[in-house]
Order: sequence, then C-alpha cells, then structure tokens
Amino acid sequence: MAIRRGRGVAAINYPTGMNLGGDPTQALVHSTPTGNFMVTLSSVDLGQGMKQIMAQICAETIGVPTDRVVVDTADTDTGPHCMGTFASRGTHRAGNAVIQAAKEARQVMLEVAAEELEVNASDLETDGQGNILVKGAPQKSISIFDVALSAHFKRGRSISGRGMFLIPRSYPEKETGAMKPSTCYAHACTVAEVEVDDETGEVTVLTVKNVFEIGRALNPKMVEQQLVGGSWMGISHALYETTEPYYPNRDHGGTDFNQYLMPGPGDLAETEIIVLERPSADGPYGAKGPGEMCANPQIPAVANAVFDAVGVRIDTLPITPERILRALKAQAN
Amino acid sequence: MELRKNYFADVRKDGLHEIGQPRPRSDSPGHVTGKTAFFADRNFPGMLHLKMVRSPHHHARIRSIDTSEAEKHPGVVKVLTAKDVPHNLYTILILIQIGPEDETVLADGKVRWRGEAVVAVLAETERAAQEAAAKVKVDYEVLPAVFDMEEALKPGAPIVNEYHGQNYYLYDSGACRKVRFGDVEAGFAQADHVLEQSYQSSPIEHAPTETTGCVVAPEGNDRFTCHTNTQAMFFTLDNTSIILQMPGSKLHFVGGTVGGGFGGKVDVIVEPIAILGAKLTGRPVCFVYSREEEMQISSPRAAEKVVIKDGIMMDGRIVARKVTGYTDAGAYSRHSPYGAQKGAGHYPGPYTIPNVWIDTYCVYTNRTPSSAMRGFGVTIGDFALEVQMDKLARLIGMDPLEFRFINAYRDGDMKAHRQPTEGAALIECMQEASRAANWPVAEKYMAMSSYKNGA
Repeated sequence: MAIRRGRGVAAINYPTGMNLGGDPTQALVHSTPTGNFMVTLSSVDLGQGMKQIMAQICAETIGVPTDRVVVDTADTDTGPHCMGTFASRGTHRAGNAVIQAAKEARQVMLEVAAEELEVNASDLETDGQGNILVKGAPQKSISIFDVALSAHFKRGRSISGRGMFLIPRSYPEKETGAMKPSTCYAHACTVAEVEVDDETGEVTVLTVKNVFEIGRALNPKMVEQQLVGGSWMGISHALYETTEPYYPNRDHGGTDFNQYLMPGPGDLAETEIIVLERPSADGPYGAKGPGEMCANPQIPAVANAVFDAVGVRIDTLPITPERILRALKAQAN
Repeated sequence: MELRKNYFADVRKDGLHEIGQPRPRSDSPGHVTGKTAFFADRNFPGMLHLKMVRSPHHHARIRSIDTSEAEKHPGVVKVLTAKDVPHNLYTILILIQIGPEDETVLADGKVRWRGEAVVAVLAETERAAQEAAAKVKVDYEVLPAVFDMEEALKPGAPIVNEYHGQNYYLYDSGACRKVRFGDVEAGFAQADHVLEQSYQSSPIEHAPTETTGCVVAPEGNDRFTCHTNTQAMFFTLDNTSIILQMPGSKLHFVGGTVGGGFGGKVDVIVEPIAILGAKLTGRPVCFVYSREEEMQISSPRAAEKVVIKDGIMMDGRIVARKVTGYTDAGAYSRHSPYGAQKGAGHYPGPYTIPNVWIDTYCVYTNRTPSSAMRGFGVTIGDFALEVQMDKLARLIGMDPLEFRFINAYRDGDMKAHRQPTEGAALIECMQEASRAANWPVAEKYMAMSSYKNGA
C-alpha cells in the first residue's frame, strides 16, 4: 500500500460560436456631447467581464482611452439583438459587432474633426489619448471633446454607428453531416500530475500545466481569471462533481454545497497557465473564445495521470475513490 | 500566467493602445464591495412571491388537481394551473424552427420527471406561498419510468414524451445526427490494431453563486418589466411572447449582470410564469430558485455515453475512427438536440483521420431535463477522446504526447464534417506543454508547425 505518482496529458480544440440560427449579435455606439462613448448591447455579462472587454474593443477602434467608454448591457428596450452569452461567443460575436459600430462612429468623428481643422478626414489619425491629429503635422490637432461639442451643438451630426455580426446559418447535410457549426477554434494542452493513494483511492492533483491558444488575449488579466477558474472546474469535473452519485439512480442528489462536492481551497492544484496567440481571421483583434475550452483538457489529463499512477482505467466520470478502489480490486483478482 | 509571444509572431500585430492591456475591470469595485445590483436586489411595493408545486414522481398521470385549500390559505393571492397558461406547450428552439413543442410550462395531464412544475402559487410572503403550495392536492397515477438511455432505446420501453413518439429526437438524418467521411470499414480492415472502448458520465450541476430567478413589475401601461438573470435576453423575451401570446412590445427585459451561469441560465423557465402571475394579479412578482431547486430542478449538464472504436497503424497513424454518442436529454428537449449535434461536429477531435463514422443520439428518459453547460456537447466527448488517445498510444508502445503530434490536425487538413482546418495551433500548444512540463519529445516533433507549409 503506497501513495503513487503519475502524470497524464490531453490536447483539445474548441469551437467559437454556435451558428444555429446564424448566430447574430448587434451593437450600437454613440458619443455624448462631451466626447465619451456609449456602447449599447443586449448581451449579458455573466461575471466573465464582457462589459470591460467591449469597452476596450470600442476604445481601441475609436481611438480613445478605455475609461472614456461606458457599456450598457442587456436592456431589450435600448439594446439591439444578441443571441446570448454562451458557446464561447460573447467576446467574438459582440466584439465584432462593436468594432463595426465603432468604426462607423469613428468615421463621423473624423469627418467633423476634418471640418473643424479644414483638412481631409483621410489625413487624420487618433493618438489614443483623446486627440485627433493631422498625420505628419501633429501640432495641428483637436481634442475629441471639442469634436463632440462641435458635432452636437454646431454641425448637427450624430457621432454614432451600427454594428452587426452574422454568418449564414449552416444546415448539416443529412447523409454526410457536412456542416460549418462554428468559425474559429481555440486550442489547449494540459499536463496533470497526481498522487493516488492506492489504499483509500484518494486522488490529489499536484500540478496542472495548462497551455491555451486563444487567438488574442484582449485583456491578459481577465484572460487569466477565466483560464484559472476554468482549470479548477475541469479538475472538479474529473474528480468530484455529480448531481446523481448513483447514476442513473436519482437518489442522493445534492441539495446544497455540503452535499454537492467540489474541491475547496485545500484541494487546489499548483496551476500554471501559458497562453499562445494565433490571431483568428474573423475574430475581434484576432480573439477566439476561450471560455469553455479552458475547462476541458484537465479532465482527461487527470484520468490519464491516474492510470499512469496506479494502472487502472476509470472510464466513468467522476473518478471517485470508490471507482478507483473497485478497479484496483478487479485488477488484483 | 505567461504570454509566449514567440509563437505565431509573424501573423500578430502587437503594440495596440487598449487591446492587450491588463486594465482592471470597471465593475469589480462594485462586485467586491457588494454594491452591484443583481435582479434580486429589485424590491417593489406589493411584490408577490411565487412557489411551485412539483411532481414527487418520475412519471405519472395527473388524475385531478385540487387547489381549494391552497386558495383559502392566508396571504394567497392567486393559484395558477396549466389552463391559465395561454400557450402552455412550448420548446425553446422553436424560434429557429427546431421542434416539436414538447414541454409544458405547468404540467397538463402528465408529469415526466420528478420535480416537474405542476401548480404555481402566488402569495404575499414567501412563507405563505410555501405553506399554500403544500396544501395543493394532486392525485397521481404512477406510470412505469425509464432512467437509463440504453433501456429507453429498447423496443417496448415506456414512452417518456409522446410529442416525439419515441425515446429519441428525430433529426432530418434519422434517429441520430450522422457524419460520414471516407470508408471507416476499409480503415479498420487496413489497421494493425482496433480498439473499442465505452465512456460514461453522470449529470453535473452548474453551481452558480446566484440562483436562477426573476422579478417582474407591471409598468402600468400593459407592459411588464422583467428583471432577470437569463444568459440570453431576446431568447427569453421571444419565447415568453409565444408562451403568453403577448406581443413582444408588451415585454421589457432588463438584466445584464449575472452572478455566474455556465450555461445554466439559457432555459426559459422562470420568466413566463412570473410574468403571467404579474399580468393576472396586476402586482409585481418574484420567482427565485432556492439552492435546493437550483441543484435538483434546474437543467444539469447531460449524462453522456460515448463509444469509440479506432483503427491504428504501428507507426502511430489513426486510420479509422467510429464514434457513437448518446446524450441524456431527460424528459424534454430544451437545448439537447443541438448539444448532441454539436458533438457530431466536434468528433473526431483535433486530429486528422482519413476515415470517420459518427452517430450522435439525443435520448429521452424520465430524468431531470438536461441542457446547456460550459463545453456543451463537447466536454464529455473530449474526456472520452483523450483517454482513448492515451490507450491507443500505450497499445503500440508509443509516448502519448508524441502519438498526438503524429495525428494532430494542421492548416488545410480536411475535418470529418468537411471543413478545411484554419488557424490550427494544437502542435504549438503541445510543444509548449512539452517544455513547461519537462516532458521531452523527439526533435522532429518540436520542429513541426501548424502552418500549411510548415515542416
């Protein structure tokens, strides 16, 4: 009887979006009289940070600092249509819609600035700090604040734009299953290291080394929060979670967090996150959707590590101590 | 977290102003100080509380419902049954023409899972609603139930859901969604080894911090504002419009800040009945799941069974893969027909295999209806595929990581569902994992690339 160590690897890909009904999301962008920008959506922020990411995407596209952008999410009276926040689609679909809307608003903004500066709009650029400059002659400039005042009070222009992301709906071909269910794919590879107590069947995940390829990390800190949380969920799925411990029997289903098991702080593995970026052709600034992909590779990596440690295969989730002990007993016989 | 910028540096434009910057989240101060407003922070004068009477049986005919005692209970304002719901039979994906309608808002004549909503009680307080709900008398005739997908698919199994006619979802391709690529039997005939294995999972709960719910307030002009934590605003609005036979212009949904969802808040369950309650009483209505309801009643991740048969060569190439996937939808469709189909598109994983045969089934049982969850249709499949990959590598005495390099898809490779691979990066992820985990692989694998013209 001993504590045995093992490691396992798993590699996966994950589709961004669902393309069930064309997967549409729309966005509206407009400026206030003082040159701040409002993004209006009906997309939902689930806690993953959709509002912050949409603000950064809008700010980058218009050429202002992020704190000049306010995002209004999820009011069906004011926000245009969004399919919803799921299928790793939030940043990708809504982000593309925001870029399109922000580009249109930026164009109006530059046209007003061009009239004020008496130059062509195509000769103007933004400095990202809230100013519009003449290319090659940066001393000739106007603040976005003044441009907005001019548009609203002098020139009667609305600095606003409309954005839409829509791809044609894919209908699977009946006989071959030919279909285009999504646009881009995120990728991951995880190596998990575990200790298995072959007397109690208990598994301790020592380390998980996760490599994620996500197109672009639009906000690296928020990417990190998503990827660390997802990695924890993957380990939780692998070893702990089930609503019906005697599946398919319905008895003894959990009713609260005392009965529904998940790893607590003492069970956390040492988690290493490495991010690669291969920009997707159709993603907002190259981003793909990492939201779901990041919780998947840990499950098989842990399962493979358990085999490496004690030489038994557990092909039923979750990998409980009971299942490991039964498998060890069967193997001994 | 470390960003490894050396990969794909030639196709990436860095140096943007706002993108790529680790800016703090604008909403985090509100979250950590408890000042962010969630739907349940809305409190309206005269607000009623809604509690559900739920089926104690997995499968039963409803002989009669007696609400008279409940209606007399102090504080009770209204008791709703199936006949009060204008379009009681619905299915969520009908908006994109995926039917048939197969689920009732309030049970009508039959219950098909334990926990199914039968009667809604609206009262002045949560406690009064709860006490009155306990006084509703439902006379059930218990019917045989089926809990196991294989049992459900056998001839003679009890029919779970009459609206389907059989215990599986009927796709345009038949009993399952099919993918056919190459000639899988020829692949098996050619293979040095063939390995067939089965994998299984049980349901998983989303466990969001904030439970499912909504607060509805009449606007006073025949419109209703619904403060909700749905993940999909217009999905919910449009379905509610159908169920209540109300023009969408009478419905106003407000949400946007949700305390975790993970896919558990895409079903349209609480909003229609709460809005109906507000319409029929003229008062605000609050319907929030208790933690117990969240764990027992809300849709979990589906239980799945995956059978994988692979043919491989001694040099490590997978030459044929046959996958049969079964998704336990529980008693109603919700999003499950789509989840099973998504699985079909995802197999055979990120690998280039010349001969592929896939069937995925969406199966009905008398269990809690399952629906979307993070990794919908894919998570359990990835578990099965990647454990299978480990077994295959060991079968031919090959390093499991090197085995994956041999089969990894690259740009331009044709996938089984007939889409050419674009933007692949599996090889690079594995190269970096090899370094990070100190799991060395042969130099030729470290020299590979996902690019079309790469080594």
